[in-house]
This record gives sequence, C-alpha cells and structure tokens, in this order.
Amino acid sequence: MPEELAWFLEVLIAGLLSGVMYSLVALGFVLIFKASGVFNFAQGAMVLFAALTFARFLEMGINFWFAAAITLFIMVVLAVIIERVMLRPLVAQPVIILFMATIGLNYFLEGLAQGVWDTQVHALDLGIEDVPWQSVMDATNILISLFDVWAAVICGALVVMLAYFFQKGRIGRALRAVADDNQAAMSVGIPLQLIWAIVWAAAGLVALVAGALWGQRLGVQFSISLVALKALPVLILGGFNSIAGAIIGGLIIGAAEKLAEVYLGPIIGGGIEAWFAYLIAMLFLMVRPQGLFGEKIIERV
Amino acid sequence: MLYRESGQFKTSYKADMAIFPIRQDLWGLITTLIVAVVIVPLFASEHMIVGYLLPFMIWSIAAIGLNILTGYAGQLSLGHGAFMAVGAYSAYNLAVRIPDLPLLAVFIGAGLIAAACGVVVGSPSLRIKGFYLAVATLAAQFFSEWVFATFPWFVGGAASMVIDTPKMSLFGYPIESNLDNYFLVLGFVIVTTLLAKNLVRSEIGRAWMAVRDMDVAAEVIGIRPLYTKLSAFAVSSFFAGIAGALYAFCYVKSVDFTAFDLFVSLKVLFMIIIGGMGSILGCFLGAAFIVILPILLNVAAHHLTGGNVSPELITNIEHMTFGGLIVYFLIVEPHGLARMWTTAKEKLRLWPFPH
Repeated sequence: MPEELAWFLEVLIAGLLSGVMYSLVALGFVLIFKASGVFNFAQGAMVLFAALTFARFLEMGINFWFAAAITLFIMVVLAVIIERVMLRPLVAQPVIILFMATIGLNYFLEGLAQGVWDTQVHALDLGIEDVPWQSVMDATNILISLFDVWAAVICGALVVMLAYFFQKGRIGRALRAVADDNQAAMSVGIPLQLIWAIVWAAAGLVALVAGALWGQRLGVQFSISLVALKALPVLILGGFNSIAGAIIGGLIIGAAEKLAEVYLGPIIGGGIEAWFAYLIAMLFLMVRPQGLFGEKIIERV
Repeated sequence: MLYRESGQFKTSYKADMAIFPIRQDLWGLITTLIVAVVIVPLFASEHMIVGYLLPFMIWSIAAIGLNILTGYAGQLSLGHGAFMAVGAYSAYNLAVRIPDLPLLAVFIGAGLIAAACGVVVGSPSLRIKGFYLAVATLAAQFFSEWVFATFPWFVGGAASMVIDTPKMSLFGYPIESNLDNYFLVLGFVIVTTLLAKNLVRSEIGRAWMAVRDMDVAAEVIGIRPLYTKLSAFAVSSFFAGIAGALYAFCYVKSVDFTAFDLFVSLKVLFMIIIGGMGSILGCFLGAAFIVILPILLNVAAHHLTGGNVSPELITNIEHMTFGGLIVYFLIVEPHGLARMWTTAKEKLRLWPFPH
C-alpha cells in the first residue's frame, strides 16, 4: 500500500473511531431532547460528574464493577432530583427558558462535582491498553489504537441497547409517545414525570460510559466537560432528535475534524479542531436547517 | 405614599410617551446621576472605584447589548464574549495603527467593527433558530478565541499574546488616574443607556419584540425579519464591542484573548437572566448582582471558616450558587430582578391601602 494512502486511511480511521466517542456524548443530548424537548447544556457537567465520582471510588480501592454500580446509582438519584426540583416547576415553559435552566444546572453540577471531590487530574484505568493493534499494523502498516477500537465497540453496544430500549416494550412505547407529544401522552395516562426521570437516568448512564472512556484518554479533570461542546456540532449535523443522526453525525465530524487538522491545519495555523466541526455543521445547516435526520420544522402562526 | 402619581396630568401625547412618564422616576434618575457624577468621585475610595464600580459599569454595557439581542429580539447568543474580544482587539489596533485617531473614534470604531462581525454571525439567524442559532453563536466564540490566539498580527506581533493598552487622552486631557477612567466609562454608560432605552421604545425596538414573540406572525404583519434580526445583532454587538474595548482599556489595561472566553459569554447571559430579560434597568441590576455576589461569597466564606478555606472551594461554591440562582430565577421569577422592582413599585403606589 502506498505511503500516502496508508497515512490517509490511518487518519480517517482514527477520526471515525474518535467520532464514535463524540456520538456517545451526543447520544446523551438526543435522549433527553427526544423525551422532553430540552436541549441539555449540562450534559458535559454530567460527564464530568460521573467520571469524577467513578474515578474517586476506584481510587478508594473499591471493586471496578461495584464502583460503576454506585456511580450509576448516584446518577439515577441525580436524575430524579433534577426532574423533581428543576423540570417539574418549569413544565410548559418555552424551550429557551429550559435551555437556560440547563446552563444553570451545568454550573451547579460542575461546582458540585469539583467541590465534593477535587479539581486535581485523576488517572482512570479501565484495563484497556492504549496500544496499536498489532495484527492490523503488520498486515497493512496502518496504526490503529486498540483502545479506540474497544471504545467504539462499547459505544456501539450501548447505542444498540438504547435503541432497543427506545423501540420495544412498554417503557419504549411510552418514551416515544412522550417524545411525540407531551400533553397527548399525559392525557392517555403515561406518567410524564417517571418517563423524564428514566430518560435523565439513561443520559446519566451514557454520561458515565462517555466519562469513563474519555477519562482514560484525557485524565479525569475539568476539561472533560468540554467534550460536550464537541458534541454540539454532531447534534446539529445529525438533527436533535435522531439517534441514528447522532451516530452518523459523530462519524462525519470525527473524520472531518482529524482530516482537516492533518491536511488543512498546517496551512492556516493549526489548532483548528476547536471550531472546524462547528464550521461543517454551520455550512450544513444552511442547506438543511433541521439536520441530517431531524424532523422537519413546520411553523404556524 | 411617596411613589404616587396623583396630580401629574398628561395633557399631550408627548408627555404620555416620555421616557419617564412618572415624575418620581425622573427624580430617581436625577439623584442616581448626581450620586454617580458628584458624590462617588468625592467620597468613593480607589478600591471602590476599581474593584466594584468600573467592572459593574462595563458589564452593564455588555449586558445591555445582550439584552437587546436576547431579551428584546429573542435571539439567544452564547457568543457575546467573542464580540467583546473583537471590540477590545479592534480598539487596540485602531489606537496603535492610527495614532492620530481621537479616543472616542477609537471606541466607536471598535463598536462598529464588532457590529460588522455581529451581522456576519447573525446572518444565519433567518434560516436557523433557537438552539441551532445558539450553537452557531457558540461557534463564533470558539472561532474568535482561535483567531486571537493564533495570529500575532492582532497584537502587533507581540510574542506573549498579551499586550498593554496604549495611553489614552481625550481632547488633549490625559486619562491616567482611576477617576479619569471612571468618568470615561460613566460617559459611555450614560450615552449607551439612553441610546438603548430609546431604541427599544422606537419602531425598531417594537419590531424586535414582535419578532421575539413570534417571528412568523411578525413577518405576516409586514416586519422584515432579515433586517430586524440583523439590526438586533448589529446593535447588540456594537454595545458588546464598546464594552470589550472599555474592559481592556479602562479596567484591566491589557488585551488578552483569555479574558473573553466562553465563561464571559455565559456570565453576561446570567446577568440578563437574573436582572431581567427585556428590561434596560434589569441589565444594571443583573450586572451589579453578578459583580457583587462573588465578593460577598468570599467575605462570607472567610467569616464562617476563619479564613482557612481554599480558593478552589470558593470558586466551586460560586459556580454552584450561580447555577442554583439561575434555575431559581427561571422557576420563580423569569423576568428577574427588574420585574421584582416593578412589582414593588406597583405595591408602593397603593400603599398603605391593600387595593
């Protein structure tokens, strides 16, 4: 395989794999948006909160799975509290008000996470080594991180699980009903509050997995919450209310970002990762304002 | 008793449409101005001026800018810090590269450049709305941080990327002391407030509010959406640009891109949520609140724990308090402190009778 092509493929695959991680964070947004129409700006803080809690429990010497279970339990409790304290009084408010409330929540959770634990950088070891995949390396001379592959597999499994959860069974049907129309769902007797709590808890689970994966990569610290900002262009590209959109959007953004950094970065000054994804998303919005898989917005007076 | 409008008759439309139709409000404003212009310079300490009043006034201008865009025109922006950065860097470059330019022209030029950037950022607002637009303004925030961090041209090639602002002089009078800075900023506060207050009372302000309440309906009754939204973006960023330039020149006296990060954008948003969206008075109340709250928390923390509390913990508590207050205000009083003030005035009109 020629050198150039191998390099291109390497960058592309690395981008796609990191895109899967973006998808995972974006998925947390989509879940909540679908069920309650809230654009949850606090998703990043939830990722930080979950990762920090998990990392500190592990540091205390608690068994890996037990620590994960406790953290998940805490995230569920958090979801119930958020629903109870913040969402319930704000029901039927304009969506923009809810959005701003989640910005407040974002700050609250950031402060809480770092106030309860601390602001140091914590290493998080999931037991997956960040080494090149040797057999692929030998065969094609392309360097692929084994950690990235594992992360992609875990994300994929989680996505399949959530998609199944959303499509099948009583709760899945109720979730879709709530997503479609809050009031109609309530009038046929679906417990709206319970559904919201479930959805926020599911978003908490996603935050925990995303936090753990990103945490091993970057170290568990404040900057991990900024990963959520990376997921916003993914959402725009994929549409706010589509799980498939979050995944495909993540792949596109991940790949485009890495390719741009490698091929375009040196020309215009480097460090363009921070905004290039936004640029793609913006250009895309001009053509299709509702995103790739988003529902078409019909406005009536 | 004091706040009663009996005996004040409006005999012309002009009197009815005055900025302050009630005499007590006018007196209140005059008192505030006298305090600001005479009493504060005479009695306030240097620490008072630099630590509280300058940041309060500068943030007020920034908050007015965002309030015009978000509170009046209904376009949510998370990129206000970017426009402030554009204002600060434009002012620096205008002042350094055109040495003969008068100071006022520097600030107004900075505002105009920021306004142009605002129009560019706001141009998708016709096509995309709500969260999508918020994310678009977020893109402007990250893009501006990257531009100012990457290209040394904006700081005249300085290696450190942080540069001191040049000396200022107004009509030959050098602006050096804190008091000079205070008067300069105060002048801008008065002019911008008057401008904003009159803009939102005029045709264009009514068009903004119509678009905010329902843009499709506004379009149907003949309001041009593109012109209305872009003018809101332009005016808003103009104010932000001036605030950013004043922040750099009069307050921190250096230009630094890290001073205008995402937190600044959110901070200004917090100001208008707490102060009151769609209210000019609310901008001042919100700015005062956000400037004073961290100081109060600091003092409280020191008193409660005897001074052995880590600054990190205070920052975290500050974040939690900010976040909690935002949620609290949105639930209890979505129109913020300004609405509380209005309610209090309504009560005062009737006092001491219940109805």
